[in-house]
Amino acid sequence: MNIVENFDLYAPRLINKKELLSAGHRACTGCAEVLAVRLMCKALGENTVIASATGCMEIVSSMYPTTAWEVPWIHVAFENAAAVAAGVEAGLAGLRKKGKIDDRYIKVVGMAGDGGTMDIGFQALSGAMERGHDMLFVCFDNEAYMNTGIQRSSGTPMGASTTTAPAGKISSGQKTWKKNMPEIMVAHGVSYVATACPSYPLDFIRKVEKAKSIKGPSYIHCFSVCPTGWRCGSHLAIAMGRLAVESGVFPLYEVENGKYKMSSEMPKKLKPVKDYFKAQGRFRHLGEEEVKTIQHKVESEYQKILDKAKYLKAWD
Amino acid sequence: MAKRIGLATWQEITTGCVVFDPGSASEYHTGSWRAQRPIWDNAKCIKCGICYVFCPEGCVQQSEDGFFKANLDYCKGCGICAHECWPRAITIVEEK
Amino acid sequence: MAKRVGMEVAVAVAEAVGQCDIDMAAVYPITPQSHIAEHLSDLVADGKIDAEFVTVESEHSAMSAVIGASGTGARVYTATSSQGLMLMHELLPIASGMRLPIVMGIANRAVSGPLNILNDHSDIMPQRDSGWISIFVENGQEAVDVSIQAFKIAEHKDVNLPVCVNIDGFQLTHMVEPLEFPDQELVDKFLPPRVPYATLHPSKPVTMGAFAMSDYFTEMQKAKDEALINSKKVILEVWDEWAKMFGRAYKPVETYKADDAEILMLTMGSMGETAEMAIDALRAKGVSVGLIKLRLWRPFPFEEIKAVLKAAKKLIVTDRAVSFGGPGGPVFSEIKSALYSEARRPAIYNYIIGLGGRDVTVKDFIGMVEKVIPCSAEKTVDTYEYWGVRES
Repeated sequence: MNIVENFDLYAPRLINKKELLSAGHRACTGCAEVLAVRLMCKALGENTVIASATGCMEIVSSMYPTTAWEVPWIHVAFENAAAVAAGVEAGLAGLRKKGKIDDRYIKVVGMAGDGGTMDIGFQALSGAMERGHDMLFVCFDNEAYMNTGIQRSSGTPMGASTTTAPAGKISSGQKTWKKNMPEIMVAHGVSYVATACPSYPLDFIRKVEKAKSIKGPSYIHCFSVCPTGWRCGSHLAIAMGRLAVESGVFPLYEVENGKYKMSSEMPKKLKPVKDYFKAQGRFRHLGEEEVKTIQHKVESEYQKILDKAKYLKAWD
Repeated sequence: MAKRIGLATWQEITTGCVVFDPGSASEYHTGSWRAQRPIWDNAKCIKCGICYVFCPEGCVQQSEDGFFKANLDYCKGCGICAHECWPRAITIVEEK
Repeated sequence: MAKRVGMEVAVAVAEAVGQCDIDMAAVYPITPQSHIAEHLSDLVADGKIDAEFVTVESEHSAMSAVIGASGTGARVYTATSSQGLMLMHELLPIASGMRLPIVMGIANRAVSGPLNILNDHSDIMPQRDSGWISIFVENGQEAVDVSIQAFKIAEHKDVNLPVCVNIDGFQLTHMVEPLEFPDQELVDKFLPPRVPYATLHPSKPVTMGAFAMSDYFTEMQKAKDEALINSKKVILEVWDEWAKMFGRAYKPVETYKADDAEILMLTMGSMGETAEMAIDALRAKGVSVGLIKLRLWRPFPFEEIKAVLKAAKKLIVTDRAVSFGGPGGPVFSEIKSALYSEARRPAIYNYIIGLGGRDVTVKDFIGMVEKVIPCSAEKTVDTYEYWGVRES
């Protein structure tokens, strides 16, 4: 139970008490994504405007005539959260410089799931990041199109069974490796890129706060466990995120102006991937050889990040 | 906005379908989804607040005495709090 | 007093938008809109417009960005054409559903299949049911005037709807015309600052773009429809005010020598002036013919159309787009349905003209009129004809 050893026992005292995403939202039981959004809002505070893509978080939070949001929030469509956020940022900037609104600093945040970020929303995100808008974009990655019923995306990991890449007599589920979105954001020259997971709430909150302090584009890739889509117990949502990190499947790191830094939460020695796979129905069909291949890939990808953290730091 | 009684007519739809009541989703009580509920044993509780932090509903609240409990209007019974509670102060019991 | 200058119409549109104190613009270049985009960025670069200019990576993002910015309460502008408008299509009903007063210039151009960069109306017609106010202009002066009026109409408290200004690509956007720009002082008087009904600002958090199920969706669509229908009243008021301030009058349906005409022809957009010359030539030969120019496409001016068609025996509707699969021209369909309940209505003939930039001359318009002269006026013809199409 090293989580508690690492975790500040007085965590609640460190966290903004104000809930900016109210209860009554319709997220599935045990949804770690809505938890991540809740924690993100706490870290961002009230002076925030959020532009959300279509997806789980959008429909569960904004059932007319009510809303769970206590910060200004806009949803337009699926593929354009980053463009809408860019427009919000530009609109506020235009109004502010003319004195049409007060001069307080407002953080503009775009948010989308893995599909809305890595697939259909990819172009809008690339454009917004390249143009250098003063905005944070957070990808809440639950590794498939959960809102429409667990279809594969480019964020779905190798071997996972989804409704459009199912495991079958001649198929072992997803046939492709997960798209490396944080690296793509680093390649855009985004000032701050971080990976995070709500299983590590203080680390996640710190990263959001860091991104908030950046004047310019920043990107957080948040690993968001979906018990419904991953076919695991709802009580395991936090544990699954922790295992993904501890196995190196989803390493926690941050990249500031091209400099890589591993998060302190990363263990010295990785747990086997099979420990992470065990409780999830989406991996249940995988044989030993397949798990071995994935294990190898996870290790080599993890080593790449370690190397970057080591050598890019050394260039200082 | 006045308390919603019945469904709005087309003339009552807000301009642009904008929702002007922040946090009004709390009018909807997700507690009705629940099949099981968390019970705190305050004798074991160390008041660390992990249950509060990890609650996806944000419905675990700290009382004046420092102990925690879930607002059952919203608790969906996911069991995360019990699973993550280090001193095992929370147990999950079936709803009757 | 305003001075007359010679200027390319696309440039003039950007100048006119520059007079409107916009806070933000997002534009993606496309022929033949690109001169609007270029000149707008010139004006921003020279500090003549104090606005954020976002050089988006697609038209989809252009519309997304102006929706976001309009949500903050900013006055926003975008412009596009053809494929760009088609790419925006998804977002157009969202913009009107969110009741955001976005103003968009459209340099009308043929839609691909195959690629063609020249003028017709096949880009705007598929956007017909998007809930936008849609106005067609005939010449450069109208392009300037309507681009300014559009902000006042869009932002009016009883409207709050996006407006698109249709400017025929090349045939109008790239013409150098003598133009009169209104004095800035008067524009400022005419166009007060925007007062948004809600804004994305932490001082009063709101949720825009909420999710609606079947229990609310119908009421929302009805509310949008009513808003668009009722916007006509405001449009008329704004045009009235414009006429008083600047001396140029605008009507939803313009007429030319139509009062006593037995045959009427209907055009939309820049071809009106050519058609007028045809009317003059025919009148000189003693033909009782007149012209109707439809300026307001949405909301559709039913009463005005019925009023001008009251006495005519025959009506020629020209269309610059096709609703494939039988209905013919979209304007034709609209006029027919507008007249269905009228006890007295003219026989209607539909000519599809000027597709993909094909020239339509005075002679063509004369030819259309001469073709319907011998036809019986007893009943409406349910067919349409591609004017001048080569056949074998």
